[in-house]
Amino acid sequence: MSANIFITEETIEGDDDGPLAGRTVAVKDNISTAGVRTTCGSKMLAEYVPPYDATVVERLKDAGATIVGKANMDEFGMGTTNETSHFGPVDNPAAPGRVPGGSSGGSAAAVAAGEADLALGSDTGGSIRCPAAFCGVVGIKPTYGLVSRYGLVAYANSLEQIGPLAPTVEEAAELLEVIAGSDDRDGTSREAVDDAEYAAAADGDVDGLRIGVPTELLSGADEGVVETFWDAVADLESQGAEHHEVSLPSVGHAVEAYYVIAMSEASSNLARFDGVRYGHTAEEAGGNWNDAFGRTREEGFGDEVKRRILLGTYALSAGYHDKYYKKAQDARAWVKQDFDEALSEVDVLASPTMPVPPFELGESLEDPLKMYLADANTVPVNLADLPAISVPAGETDGLPVGLQFIGPAFGEEAIVRAASALE
Amino acid sequence: MSDDAVNPEEVRHVAALARVDLTEEEVDRFAAQFADILEYFETLDEVPAVDREVDLVNVMRPDETRPCLDEALRNAPETEDGYFKGPNVS
Repeated sequence: MSANIFITEETIEGDDDGPLAGRTVAVKDNISTAGVRTTCGSKMLAEYVPPYDATVVERLKDAGATIVGKANMDEFGMGTTNETSHFGPVDNPAAPGRVPGGSSGGSAAAVAAGEADLALGSDTGGSIRCPAAFCGVVGIKPTYGLVSRYGLVAYANSLEQIGPLAPTVEEAAELLEVIAGSDDRDGTSREAVDDAEYAAAADGDVDGLRIGVPTELLSGADEGVVETFWDAVADLESQGAEHHEVSLPSVGHAVEAYYVIAMSEASSNLARFDGVRYGHTAEEAGGNWNDAFGRTREEGFGDEVKRRILLGTYALSAGYHDKYYKKAQDARAWVKQDFDEALSEVDVLASPTMPVPPFELGESLEDPLKMYLADANTVPVNLADLPAISVPAGETDGLPVGLQFIGPAFGEEAIVRAASALE
Repeated sequence: MSDDAVNPEEVRHVAALARVDLTEEEVDRFAAQFADILEYFETLDEVPAVDREVDLVNVMRPDETRPCLDEALRNAPETEDGYFKGPNVS
């Protein structure tokens, strides 16, 4: 049932003491581990061994955690189902025969199957929250800048954050406490938030909590998912919270803005894979630089990665920059503005994490646009640089449904507290 | 390039810019998919102009010379005298 969760199973011991002593952690395979293969789920990096640890890995080891393996993932983090991995898909331990969600599918499945106590994933457009929702576990996408990205193999720098997955809200918050904090090796990490106590916020106290429900994030969602969502909101109201509906008109354009920005950044970031310094090199790499470069990338990258590099190159090319990339940045600014306004009137926003229950394995592979549209509820958060958590809210037809709470920038305590009231 | 639906020639052109070789089968498949996806991206035209609160700034560390680590060469398929060795440029 849990087959293919890890790409590499290797034990990396941490210090003897610390807040995570005795705990096991699965680490997504796009997070660098010194001396241990880090593949990004790609043939391109199938044999790559980083010479250094990511900052979050150093912090795990300092906290006494034992890393038990590098978790399977969509190739370079590009996917919503974990089916674009060069190393094959992961089966969903909570819904066998279905996808675990992507791109941190192996990390969520490791926690759901009990193969690790905790896990690290990365979230560029929902890649922690989606698999958390599909596998029935908890996942947190931190505020942009809260967790160092040093040692994370970059896909879309302005959007991605490393974050925790765990069986409970308190454990996810505990892991967040270990990895959060400024890092002078990452110029985008922020200093204002060192030493926050996230785990203590998991006290379940939602008396007086004001919850905004963006109507746009419910329209188009599966009926059973919406029903489960409202049952969870009713549960919170019985504990003293109150909800009202809010409107975020900008989110109607978030998916296209997200994909234009992410693909544009991907086309630039993945230019480093030329087969010269590291990574796959085409066997017949003769000829000049461009011939060898093109052949290496044809062989090393899978379909989804090629699709995004090409679309990103197209969106940034002469004559199309203003039409796609500039408009996407306008949409991003609009989304930020909308969220700021909504969060000035409520404490948190709530929505279903995913508008649908987990897909059957193979169901979405042939239609990339269908897969992109499934990210409608998660991508606005990355565009707005905000924190969000996905917590199990119940089931529809026996399949897990996740509820997402979104908070103001560096408002991790608020979303942890709200989510803990649903456990 | 034109504003019309994406044709295989455009896919080949972009692939050449991105230095990704494609098979003929990939060219045809991507041309069909790109038409759908780009049509969807065109809905960005409806986005109003928005005042940005902050200007974008580059985040870069100072460009300083540091010693080269032998470890940096560890994953390279070919090296020579402490340097990476790549294909001929022309």
